[in-house]
Amino acid sequence: MNQPASAYFLEERHDPNETHTLSVLVQNEPGVLARVIGLFSGRGYNIESLTVSETESQKHLSRVTIVTTGTPMVIEQIKHQLDRMIPVYSVVDMTLSGRSIERELAMVKVRGTGNHRVEALRLADAFRARVIDATIESFVFEITGNSAKINQFIDLMRPLGLVEVSRTGVAAIGRGPEGM
Amino acid sequence: MKDKSHDPNQMTGAAMIVRALIDHGVQHLFGYPGGAVLPIYDEIFQQSEVEHILVRHEQGAGHAAEGYARSTGKPGVVLVTSGPGATNMVTALTDALMDSIPLVCITGQVPTHLIGNDAFQECDTVGITRPCTKHNWLVRNVNDLAKVLHEAFYVATSGRPGPVVVDVPKDVQFAVGTYHPPRKSDVHVSYSPRVKGDAAQIRKAVALLASAKRPVIYTGGGVINSGREASKLLREFVEVTGFPITSTLMGLGAYPASGKNWLGMLGMHGTYEANMTMHDCDVMLCVGARFDDRITGRTDAFSPGSKKIHIDIDPSSINKNIRVDVPIIGDCGNVLGDLLQVFKAEAKRPDIKAWWQQIAQWRARNSLSYRKNNDIILPQYAIQRLFEATRGKDTYITTEVGQHQMWAAQFYGFEEPHRWMTSGGLGTMGYGLPAAVGVQVAHPDSLVIDIAGDASVQMTIQEMSTAVQYELPIKIFILNNQYMGMVRQWQQLLHGNRLSHSYTEALPDFVKLAEAYGCVGLQVLKPADLDGAIKEMIAIKRPVLFDCRVAALENCFPMIPSGKAHNEMLLPEEATDAATASAFAGGKALV
Repeated sequence: MNQPASAYFLEERHDPNETHTLSVLVQNEPGVLARVIGLFSGRGYNIESLTVSETESQKHLSRVTIVTTGTPMVIEQIKHQLDRMIPVYSVVDMTLSGRSIERELAMVKVRGTGNHRVEALRLADAFRARVIDATIESFVFEITGNSAKINQFIDLMRPLGLVEVSRTGVAAIGRGPEGM
Repeated sequence: MKDKSHDPNQMTGAAMIVRALIDHGVQHLFGYPGGAVLPIYDEIFQQSEVEHILVRHEQGAGHAAEGYARSTGKPGVVLVTSGPGATNMVTALTDALMDSIPLVCITGQVPTHLIGNDAFQECDTVGITRPCTKHNWLVRNVNDLAKVLHEAFYVATSGRPGPVVVDVPKDVQFAVGTYHPPRKSDVHVSYSPRVKGDAAQIRKAVALLASAKRPVIYTGGGVINSGREASKLLREFVEVTGFPITSTLMGLGAYPASGKNWLGMLGMHGTYEANMTMHDCDVMLCVGARFDDRITGRTDAFSPGSKKIHIDIDPSSINKNIRVDVPIIGDCGNVLGDLLQVFKAEAKRPDIKAWWQQIAQWRARNSLSYRKNNDIILPQYAIQRLFEATRGKDTYITTEVGQHQMWAAQFYGFEEPHRWMTSGGLGTMGYGLPAAVGVQVAHPDSLVIDIAGDASVQMTIQEMSTAVQYELPIKIFILNNQYMGMVRQWQQLLHGNRLSHSYTEALPDFVKLAEAYGCVGLQVLKPADLDGAIKEMIAIKRPVLFDCRVAALENCFPMIPSGKAHNEMLLPEEATDAATASAFAGGKALV
């Protein structure tokens, strides 16, 4: 009860946080990514993962996939705030649609010899990771899957000589014949 | 190859800018020259269709354009140079964004080959203004300029209005390209604000309204922004339903203060009856307002028993702070029209006699009362006298930010929309004086008064010089208490009366200052002299600085102590030291 006197209402909200994946179709023009990122930092929203690439070069369209967390009210705000930006065509909540596929690609460098090296290769095979670079004392694996699978693979590689990881972030698409 | 030398649409970028202004019906432009906009100023010099108003500081240009926009319903246009010209605009742009004011700001930029080079007077204008504009553009090719300018006007004025910035490098201003008049394809396909409300939602709203026992209409700046027709429809809707109506600071004037259903402003310094009505209502119709923290107080105790209908053109305003039951996305005027039509056709006005009796009891508390004083001018009294003296005249009021602003909102009765210009969302001290300049430019024969405080007015006082240069007879009515009154009030109520840096030890002599600027200074010390001096001020057809010395320690009541609910207001007669201390005790985090 010993809060300082303040001009602002320091109410804490206790709604549980949810994780949502949003697909955002934007006009690919200078500054558009800065607008999206600035919105998140300026309004205090979380970005867990963000993936951007041009998807239709003829129409100058890019697709941004954002994984974010927040209360249901905040998630709703994020969608509306994104949608009202001038270069944004549409925002789809892939999590809410319930019919989406999410994938991520990671490249995982592991260094080791002897049993560790053999074990790493065996696990990579079990996870369907491919070897895309090898030296006598190292591998680089390429693995694709949802984020949980990739996390699991990385955890397993850690005791086997994990050096570094590069991840693309999440890309998502809806199931079925319809586009977004 | 076609010879383009005689094509009238071939012109320099600078000429395109002036041409686009003319094509968009711009008559006045507020600005300040500098190196990176000289080609545009050269074009302005050689024409007479657009009149340029030279301000004394770029922020002044921004607020003047805001005042111009709000009093006319047209976009305000600003022209400033690169670097400091652009950064000085940031406050005005943010102000316009918060209050949804259409501004088109053209900034000069260093030549394209120098961008990113830390050139003289270079700054990342689009980067800096990205979060404080509705949209912005950097134009690197002269052939994109016409399209961008036309889109800028469209974006600023359509949907939820707001400020836009077009940043034009100097080489693009010199380059020759092809201009085209405005056309539909100039606008992003991805931008299409929704104007018409969903019919099913409107039916739902009407059913709710018709079944209400304790309804209230709560309106905001969106009604003003929607245009005069929206205010007309709102008045008719109140007439047809017989519902009580309150408004935010931004929405004053949409419904007349003399109207019988008017409850006064709501919120932190709103009337007791308005806030109690909001708290106890069973159906709330929110039109073009956004449930901001100054309105709601504690959100978990905000109007707990009501079904809420929310009309707003911006979907992001819906469910942002307060969950509503029937959201209607669309333009206020358009939706009000549909709502009225469906209500008339399908509903009967509910019997709310008992509700009005309850409201009459709240009204009887007379929450705006204050102790009269024959020796010292009380600020509330000064505003009341100013209101009486200007009643029925063609008057526009602007304000700065602070106690005087709240007293103006409480004690000046607004009968028409577009007559009240104040910085609501951002709370920008220094807004009112340049805004008055802008309003007077748009309405040269009207009475334009900036109700000011002694602290706020000094933030943009240099624009007196602009008023003198353009013979704009604005009246700066300063409630001078030598304090930053609202800061002092909060320090008294929240910080143990430790008046840390809220007293101005060395105020200028406003009368001499007025004379130094070449305008007229008046000073009043006694209540008995007030009416005469106000009359004199109004009669003077030149800019006037009116130094009205008021009680130094007067507080602005009623007040919802921060973090409290609408039914926990502190009323003036209850604001004894002990009651005030207990109302603000516990350090309950205050709004």
